[in-house]
Amino acid sequence: MLTSHTDDQTLESGSPEPQPLSLTLLIADDSSSDRLILKAIVQAQGHRFIEAIDGEDAVAKFVQGKPDIVLLDAIMPRLDGFEAARQIKQLAGEDNVPIIFLTALNDAESLAKCVSVGGDDFLSKPYNPIILQAKIKAFDRMRRMHKTLQRQRDQISESNKQLLREQYVAKSVFDNVAHRGCLEARNIRYLISPLSIFNGDVLLACQKPSGDLHILLGDFTGHGLSAAIGAMPLAELFYGMTAKGYSLRNIVSELNQKLTFILPDGFFCCACLLALKFELNEIETWMGGLPDSFLLRGDQLLRVKSNHLPLGILKTESFDPSTYLLEMNRGDRFYMWSDGIVETTNSDGSFYGDERLAALVSQHISADDLFARIKQDVLDFSGDSKPTDDLTMLELTMMSEQELGITKPAQALATRRGPKRWELTYRLQDDSLANFDPVPLLLQMIVEVPGLRRHSGQVFTIISELYNNALDHGVLGLESALKSSPDGFARYYQVREERCQQLCEGYIHIHITHADDGKGGLLRLRFEDSGAGFDYQAKLAAIDAVTSAGVSAAANNYSGRGLSLLKNLCTRMEFEGVGNIIEVDFEWCG
Amino acid sequence: MSIQSSRSENGAEMVITIKGRFDFSSHQQFRGAYESFDGPCKSYRVDMSETTYLDSSALGMLLLLRDYAGGDDAQVAIVNCNNDVRKILTISNFEQLFAVS
Repeated sequence: MLTSHTDDQTLESGSPEPQPLSLTLLIADDSSSDRLILKAIVQAQGHRFIEAIDGEDAVAKFVQGKPDIVLLDAIMPRLDGFEAARQIKQLAGEDNVPIIFLTALNDAESLAKCVSVGGDDFLSKPYNPIILQAKIKAFDRMRRMHKTLQRQRDQISESNKQLLREQYVAKSVFDNVAHRGCLEARNIRYLISPLSIFNGDVLLACQKPSGDLHILLGDFTGHGLSAAIGAMPLAELFYGMTAKGYSLRNIVSELNQKLTFILPDGFFCCACLLALKFELNEIETWMGGLPDSFLLRGDQLLRVKSNHLPLGILKTESFDPSTYLLEMNRGDRFYMWSDGIVETTNSDGSFYGDERLAALVSQHISADDLFARIKQDVLDFSGDSKPTDDLTMLELTMMSEQELGITKPAQALATRRGPKRWELTYRLQDDSLANFDPVPLLLQMIVEVPGLRRHSGQVFTIISELYNNALDHGVLGLESALKSSPDGFARYYQVREERCQQLCEGYIHIHITHADDGKGGLLRLRFEDSGAGFDYQAKLAAIDAVTSAGVSAAANNYSGRGLSLLKNLCTRMEFEGVGNIIEVDFEWCG
Repeated sequence: MSIQSSRSENGAEMVITIKGRFDFSSHQQFRGAYESFDGPCKSYRVDMSETTYLDSSALGMLLLLRDYAGGDDAQVAIVNCNNDVRKILTISNFEQLFAVS
């Protein structure tokens, strides 16, 4: 699940009234008596005090002492207050260090100079303790506000970076799952933004084993990640069921059931599903919530209306999967689009609209470049007010199946489909460890890689060993030596059960990566548990000893086989930490 | 996962069939399947034709059965293993303790 970190609750808010607290003040004045007076005032108010005897000293003490507020005499030997202020401001960088000038000067010009060199305020001699205190308070408030702003800015920029990274990852995961299928077939023209996943538009095409072509155009409510999330299961179901030869009716029912289940209330997916039946010269359609599609049959324009609710709204009992069958002969074309086309606005804010679209299509009904014309007309219409990037549109032409140029690759694609490079982090915590067995779930994720499906038995054993070791010996702290007799074996699981019930804290952190090089792949599993670890070197040495001693040693014990199994099944097995982290590689080929 | 057992008519042989995953969650069921009031049978056949997955605690359970059936004199055959299950048994050298086919 993707989470965005821009939730403003995570931003700290500055407290409106600062707690009285001790500040560090740097006071630079060449007159020791003035310093003494100031020192007495600020110390009485509970602040710390750094003294400097001239401008140069002030700069040096500033670097050393990192004061919160600086009080500078304007006229000092070696380096005057103005220059010292300039240097201090520079050193402070983007931190806000208020500088208050102490001055006997009274003329407006001198006072203005104090501010122009970076000073924030001035205080005239003789010093009034009440005014000084008020100024310190005011600047402290400002300083805190500045700090809060800085922190919030950093948090926002970090969150934004994080969000972009996540979108990038999400995009690559999505591309693996919801690739474009066989949209490159010769009878298809389409338009979809490369980042369409984040505007919620989906366009998928896949051939059935029978040769019929299934196409899905979907438009999820909302934008961004929330719109993208539903697209993955949608694509997966669509491709999976089409490749297995399910009918459009079955697929649309499944999609609806799935989306109704996973999407929150108020979120749904407008969709158009098509099945192009080459043998029968027919097109089957199911339309829910999208603008009318057009079937161009000869010189006729037939509207195909959306007569269903979008996917993800109705419960299965009330959902209607019925489809339309339309005759579609060689050369006839079918057009469908998301609402991005008809809702494109021009500079006056008026819509492109359905009538304009229908008029354009009627006018150029037999033009071969109709698709390009529509696109151009929409772009021209929007003029300077750039069209939003969700102009999704598809043109489908009836031709013979042999002309599509996809027969072989599409079939292969259907069976090869599945994620190649991915990683997964799964963390199970506290009482969930006792209540939930994640092994089947993880196995299911892993065997989504077609090449790994054939090794599911070994993969199961590996994950099961890793997980049970992490839980039993790590989190629950059980000794496998308990299992040395038949009664002990039963006792072990009894103790395990008891500890599971009492379990209130602990974790198992699982990280899985998979990379496929075309010929085979590497599955890397890393398990970390919250347990105290164990002497893995001794254990590994014992395994080696047992291996060389042969089976007689192994047969004596009902347990202790897990690690040697792992060692055998995996090409690499390494422990880290105190033995609470294990990483193994499983390599497969073919 | 389900485990079923049946004794031959003369009580000499018991067939234990394991369906699906064979792991620690089945230990009670498995033990219940082979232990009986009449004492051990002469021989056992563990049918794994429908066993999909196996882990190390399942291996421990097979050893429990072997010891119950007489240890080194036990006659326990593991039959109809699929390739994955077979591989796990081979890695663990169980072919030397059981008749695996």
